[in-house]
Amino acid sequence: MKATAAIAVNVFRESVRDKVLYNLVLFAILLIGASYLIGQLTAGQDVKIIKDLGLTATRVFGLFIAVFIGIGLVSKEVERRSVYSLLAKPIHRYHVVLGKFAGLALTLLVNVAVMGVALYAVLAYMGWNVDADVQRAWGAPALDPAIGKAVALIFVELLLTTAIALFFSTFSTPILSAAFTFGLFIVGHFSADLRNFDQVLDSPGAVFLARGLYWVLPNLAQFDVTEQVVHGQPVPAGYVAIAVAYAALYIAMLLVIATAVFSRRDFK
Amino acid sequence: MSWALTTDQLTKDYRVGFWRPRPYRALDSLTLQVGAGEVFGFLGPNGAGKTTTLKLLMQLVFPTSGRAEILGRPVGDLTVKRRLGYLPENPYFYDYLTAEELLSYFAALLGYPPDERKKRAARLLDEVGIAGERRLPLRRFSKGMLQRVGIAQALLNEPEIVVFDEPMSGLDPLGRRDVRALILRLRDRGCTVLFSSHVLSDAEALCSRVAILAGGRLIASGDLTEMLAFRARGYELVVAGVDEAVIARAAPDARCVRIGPSRYTLELPLDPPPDRLLGALTAAGGHIVSLNPVRGTLEDFFVERVRSAGVGEGRASVWEAQR
Repeated sequence: MKATAAIAVNVFRESVRDKVLYNLVLFAILLIGASYLIGQLTAGQDVKIIKDLGLTATRVFGLFIAVFIGIGLVSKEVERRSVYSLLAKPIHRYHVVLGKFAGLALTLLVNVAVMGVALYAVLAYMGWNVDADVQRAWGAPALDPAIGKAVALIFVELLLTTAIALFFSTFSTPILSAAFTFGLFIVGHFSADLRNFDQVLDSPGAVFLARGLYWVLPNLAQFDVTEQVVHGQPVPAGYVAIAVAYAALYIAMLLVIATAVFSRRDFK
Repeated sequence: MSWALTTDQLTKDYRVGFWRPRPYRALDSLTLQVGAGEVFGFLGPNGAGKTTTLKLLMQLVFPTSGRAEILGRPVGDLTVKRRLGYLPENPYFYDYLTAEELLSYFAALLGYPPDERKKRAARLLDEVGIAGERRLPLRRFSKGMLQRVGIAQALLNEPEIVVFDEPMSGLDPLGRRDVRALILRLRDRGCTVLFSSHVLSDAEALCSRVAILAGGRLIASGDLTEMLAFRARGYELVVAGVDEAVIARAAPDARCVRIGPSRYTLELPLDPPPDRLLGALTAAGGHIVSLNPVRGTLEDFFVERVRSAGVGEGRASVWEAQR
């Protein structure tokens, strides 16, 4: 546990000293801020635009952080040979995998929280600037607690994405890992469609394959509740709990496989 | 002698090639013992299998067959790792950390509490001579400074056995002298030191025993003094008070070099023994200044063994040419 924590703290330290991270977060905050101006251009849709753009910016920039830091977590250690001194210490290889994941999770937590606070700040300013009569016409209040749920689900989705990036990072090059992770992220947002392939396909083989892929590929669409939040629809706590449980199971599975791969690997 | 480290038929094959991978034997049936408290040199030309062996001992790679034990336990055992220090070849550390932070991080992995981490980091950076640069990011460090940081991190846990892969690499003459002194200090503390090198003078200066690898195979191992004692390849005689004509008559096969007025150095073969020559020179009024056996150097021994083993011929030639 201590070894895992030490590695996690080191990953966090690496992240916060990385200028790329600051650029990404700054850009995300600027975009969230700019959503206020974009909202001004629309008639009566301003708060929806801010929520939509703010949550999307949080997801997209969080994705960049998760992927670009995640893919280098293990592969960079191996490529630069710093893994030699690390593994010579009295630690198991699974400590490295878990520590790296925990470190990036901590980084993401801080960054998503910063982006979430920025979004709430813009919305609070919006609410403060607009008449109560206009606000009553909005589907949901500017500071809707459901935004917190949406941000939390984005964080969970990013954790899953981090686990995917880390998994590929244990045996692949950073470029391939990035390509695989981005690919899976995109596919993961459409994987639910694979379940209903029997309605559009006649071939039992293709349907079987689609069903198989549906069960294997991560279902990331369930973490995106932007539409519900923007339109003031409720996001039930039960739904959030199931999504979190699904992510926890999937992450655990990925980390177990990543550990198995990493533990058997030769560092030539 | 009790053994700090043993290997038994340790073999490592790598798979090379992308489309049709084939095995490449990097290390072939290495059986070796390193005694507790000794400085053991692991020698060989580039690609001999030295680094592969050390990586096997650190479980950075896994053996194809055979086994290795450190301090009586299988390699990779955490109780062993706690008593072990390792310096990889051309070490690289995290750019974004300072030397002090790196050592504190590794000390945390070794299980030391925060205040102890700082103390150890400060003491070791001082010991390796970079205390003044402890707060400098490692990305600003030269190769030699990184090597010193690497040595410091290997000694954080006051190990009973240290494994250094090319410890002199990247160091200037002062640095080499410091590391030599450090290795001797470790030996005096009772620490077992195993280090690989292709710089034979380092091994000659530091080691009690050596092993020579070439082409992944062990081609010689043993006590350095015993190895070189048998390597006398002749005598060097310094004689005064005789002229060159007398020497030419008494020792027609000797190579004679004039080093002063009526003073000569003679290089004599091992056989026949020089007794008769000494008698003849003294009878002719000569004065024997000195007579010393000419010992083969480790370099001579090394090149001869690598060649006679018929492995790494090309590599040995390259290495010889680089001397």
